[in-house]
Amino acid sequence: MTALTHLTMAGALDGLAKKEFTAVELAEAHVRAVEAVRPFNIFITETPEAALSMAKASDERRAKGEAGPMDGLPIAVKDLFCTKGVATTAGSRILDGFKPEYESTVTSRLWRDGAVMLGKVNLDEFAMGSATITAHQGETVSPWSPGAPGAWEKRVVAGGSSGGSAAVIAARAALGATGTDTGGSIRQPAGYTGTVGIKPTYGRCSRWGIVAYASSLDQAGPMTRTVEDAAIMLRSMCGFDPKDSTSVDMPVPDFRAALTGDIRGLRVGIPKEYRVEGLSAEIAALWEQGIAWLKEAGAEPVEISLPHTKYALAAYYIIAPAEASSNLARYDGVRYGLRVEGGNLKEMYENTRGAGFGKEVQRRILIGTYVLSAGYYDAYYNKARQVRTRIKWDFDEAFKSCDVILTPTAPSTPFAIGEKMDDPVQMYLNDVFTVPINLAGLPAMSIPAGLGADGLPLGLQLIGRPFDEETLLRVGQVVEKAADFTAVPPFMA
Amino acid sequence: MSLDKATVAKIAHLARIKVPDEELESLAGELSQILTFVEQLNEVDTKDVPPMTSVAAQKLRRRKDEVTDGGYADQVLSNGPETAEGFYVVPKVVE
Repeated sequence: MTALTHLTMAGALDGLAKKEFTAVELAEAHVRAVEAVRPFNIFITETPEAALSMAKASDERRAKGEAGPMDGLPIAVKDLFCTKGVATTAGSRILDGFKPEYESTVTSRLWRDGAVMLGKVNLDEFAMGSATITAHQGETVSPWSPGAPGAWEKRVVAGGSSGGSAAVIAARAALGATGTDTGGSIRQPAGYTGTVGIKPTYGRCSRWGIVAYASSLDQAGPMTRTVEDAAIMLRSMCGFDPKDSTSVDMPVPDFRAALTGDIRGLRVGIPKEYRVEGLSAEIAALWEQGIAWLKEAGAEPVEISLPHTKYALAAYYIIAPAEASSNLARYDGVRYGLRVEGGNLKEMYENTRGAGFGKEVQRRILIGTYVLSAGYYDAYYNKARQVRTRIKWDFDEAFKSCDVILTPTAPSTPFAIGEKMDDPVQMYLNDVFTVPINLAGLPAMSIPAGLGADGLPLGLQLIGRPFDEETLLRVGQVVEKAADFTAVPPFMA
Repeated sequence: MSLDKATVAKIAHLARIKVPDEELESLAGELSQILTFVEQLNEVDTKDVPPMTSVAAQKLRRRKDEVTDGGYADQVLSNGPETAEGFYVVPKVVE
């Protein structure tokens, strides 16, 4: 029998249903795995007691014939989701000591469906980053790093900002994890770790109870080891929530039923503007391979144009910091988290925020404050929102001639911790293929598709029409099967 | 676009973030780099293009203006760094 920690969610549900093992046994195996991955600094907070008591309750439900769609499945939660009574830090010193009195909508749905919480995992501070290296609690090392844990030849990043979520699945210490994606924060780490990640359509998953970064772009989604598992987890995560004003009131399909394998006649858009300068030859080749796979399965590749692609990053780096500067105004040392005293109220605010926010977060708040300040609002913020409209129009036009779009997930394989850190703009270029999708509010996913010459994973990205996650998943599974990605990281729990 | 130290100090003040004087120079450089990068947006023709207000094709919902939640001040205050008698405590603000 496969080790319990190496099962897929679908496989684990099957084993639980057939009474091959209990949810408690599954949870115990994962709690040991969580301990085994400590050298990688994946968890910010481990919750083994919660895991075991939730698993026990799951076994009781199953015995009564009341098992939910994810009953007994151990998962990790990005430390951006508020979890009742469990520290929630967003990777920031400013939320030091914060224990929410409430549960985010997305996590409460997962628990409703029977999932079991292993703990809270690392991220870039306030989800601002592409490498999971900026948290107050330190950087996460990818299990794909060559060498023995703690004595790596090279410390490779897990991507970000949902790097802890990606790493924990790749290391086989959770069957799935929640992520959030504002500019690629689910898809890029999935691509970097050989895992599957979906950013659903904006409005699919409730943002209520998720620490906000840029509210018009933020969207939660599942991270798993297979497309089928992503379908299982996505179904539990999404659905209308009156507590989120942008939550969309529409039925949640059974995403797993969409995995028919039949993509005959489907038109797959290949955007010519994604052949960017600096795209590595191996990624260009993998992209070609992906097109060939879909063609073999009966789909029809069509060239499309997304003319404003090159402006997406610039628009993002105005809109996201602008929203962040407003969202992060709430951290002032009064209601929760860190307080650093000062001579008066204003000094207390300044001292608290100066000490509590890390460098990248401060940088983005300052940019956001600047572009929203009197005299610059039109030149920067409104201009960026106009460009955002044009980017959305590009996709609307493209989807007239195709049903789904195929691109690489990231322009290169994962880099080492310490690289690309001096120049913020260079770091931002990681997100060149993922950011436009958030600006347009579309669903997209990353599927592991191969390894680079350095032995590190490469992902392909699929982009769908609004609320058409079903096509996305169906095509995703075809790519998954064709790629037959069986490579595993050097370290697994 | 290039920001000088004084401008960065002003923005930092607006954002209520204490930035030590010796960091203003390097911060000005980093922020200027980002602002230079975003200047390329000026190449885009946005005449008569509406600025995006909502990416989802739906209007904001309305709800009845009524109390549906509350009555647990202790929970609300439970994470406050300093609280007293049902209030958050902050440094004195009256002169």
